[in-house]
Amino acid sequence: MAIEVTMSLLKVDNLKVKIENRIILDGISFEIKNGESHILFGPNGSGKTTLISAIIGLPLYEVLSGKIFFMGTDITAKSIEERSKMGIAVGFQNPPEITGIKLADLLKLCLGKDQNEDFSEEEKNLIEAFKLTDFLNRDINVGFSGGERKRSEILQLIFLKPKLLILDEPDSGVDVESLKLIANQIQHYVENSGSSALIITHQGEILTYIKAKYGCVLLDGKIHCFSDPKHIYDDIKKKGYEGCIKCEEKTLERW
Amino acid sequence: MTNRDELTGIPHKILEEAYRAGVSGEKERAGTFFHIDQATIYSKVNDIFKGKIELMDIKAALQKYSWLKDYMWKAIPRDQDEFTRKVSENFSGGYFMRIMPKAEITFPLQACLMIMQQNLEQRVHNIIIAEQESKANIITSCLQHSTVENATHLGISEIYIKRGAYLNFTMVHQWKEETNVRPRSATVLDDKGTFVSNYICLKPVRNLQMYPVAYCNGEYSKVSFNNILYGHKNSLLDVGSKAILNGNGSRAEMISRAITREGSKIIVRGLIDGNGHDCKGHLECKGLIIDDESFIQSIPELVARKKGVEITHEAAVGKISEKEIEYLMTRRLSRDQAISLIIRGFMDVRIMGLPESLSAELSRTVEFSAGA
Repeated sequence: MAIEVTMSLLKVDNLKVKIENRIILDGISFEIKNGESHILFGPNGSGKTTLISAIIGLPLYEVLSGKIFFMGTDITAKSIEERSKMGIAVGFQNPPEITGIKLADLLKLCLGKDQNEDFSEEEKNLIEAFKLTDFLNRDINVGFSGGERKRSEILQLIFLKPKLLILDEPDSGVDVESLKLIANQIQHYVENSGSSALIITHQGEILTYIKAKYGCVLLDGKIHCFSDPKHIYDDIKKKGYEGCIKCEEKTLERW
Repeated sequence: MTNRDELTGIPHKILEEAYRAGVSGEKERAGTFFHIDQATIYSKVNDIFKGKIELMDIKAALQKYSWLKDYMWKAIPRDQDEFTRKVSENFSGGYFMRIMPKAEITFPLQACLMIMQQNLEQRVHNIIIAEQESKANIITSCLQHSTVENATHLGISEIYIKRGAYLNFTMVHQWKEETNVRPRSATVLDDKGTFVSNYICLKPVRNLQMYPVAYCNGEYSKVSFNNILYGHKNSLLDVGSKAILNGNGSRAEMISRAITREGSKIIVRGLIDGNGHDCKGHLECKGLIIDDESFIQSIPELVARKKGVEITHEAAVGKISEKEIEYLMTRRLSRDQAISLIIRGFMDVRIMGLPESLSAELSRTVEFSAGA
């Protein structure tokens, strides 16, 4: 275990990404090791969603230069499907509504189950813990509230058993109770599986439940600060993003 | 789908294909009717439902019941078009179904109309009478045997829903690439009658045109039209649903799901005519286009003629969503698997208000056809 923990899971090397002729990320580098949770802060429009879209391989986000490595393999040219099969899973901020595909269908897909197979007792309990039992036969995300969408996304991720969880604002539009539920479940999964997480957030509250070692700030397409996420969040609250990134002293040596 | 072998008189090569178009073993059906090419070869009511339903060839029924002529060509004019004229001049048979007053038929009734003869123009005339306060589900499978390439099907169906009766009528069509199809259907509803019409067309067809109509003449009568249309391999489907709401407080609901690919064209029409006080109607059409060679058109028409009429519609046609495909790919599906899952979901038979077992059967039929 000790060796595994120090191994690199995701490595982003000097990444330059454009979308529709606009360069959004320019020279991003960072690394997530096995068993680490990272928090990514940044104002709206700073490129956070672009970064995770490039990591999961959405074709609209074009990588102009730089590379993405997952478990030592260059995945920069791999398809979404290949990356997801390698163990990268993403919880979207705004997942699509799909007519005719039920939440149950999707959960079974994530579990690698046949559509005719039933959920195990353990799986049923987890669905119930996420308060989604009544939604199993509903079309995915159709008429779901913000909190219901988030709960459905996180549950799908946990069923996928990924090595890396990527979460785009799991706490936005979510009530306090749902936030606690979601964050505790994420922390529980990460702790028990030894997997890693990359979490985008605007809010500090999620840090109460998720034990993340590192945080960073994305601004103007560049990563500016690596530090304890709680310190970063406190600084952002006090000084704003601009003030926060000037504070070089907190940058950990590793970066 | 157990006990298939009971339909013993019918050759295996016919049954095998009929089963794929929704036909099931006799024990799971309240009655079974087979018309092949130009002859009715089988017509039997399940013992459990004897006395509650009548099922026979229409020509036999016309001989048996002199009153039946009052239902012939009453909902559909003989001279409506060249196809109705042809059938009125000469037809080979068809089914007569009658659900007796207050009878609740818990198993579906089934009819299968099949073409096995090359270049045949099949002409049938069907009449269904749902007597007062009866309740039944009917599934009709119209198909062409896989060995036949070219054919034409002209089918007249006149359906009468008496006071307080409920009828769920599901029609599954499985034609072939060179077949022309012209069904002509009309339903007349009395007070508080309910008619649910489900239409499923999944196999390619050269040219299908139909515009079934429901006359909601009775007060608080209700009609639903649900269509699942899958146009592929250069098919042309022009499918409409028409509801004439004459009775006060009558209602209409129409839901269509259309998928088009491989150079196919689908036109989905819908007309709701609110001609009684406080009529309500809603028309919904969703269309999915898979490639750039295909075409889909939704033509909704809403008419209001009386006070308190409220009719709405929503339509959305467009290309299959990349965002949806990519979303499913993040759940470890390949692109092709994601597309086929979206298509299967789109053609969800749950919109049809069917009994659970029939719904499950039809889901399998859809999966089979869409996957083929």
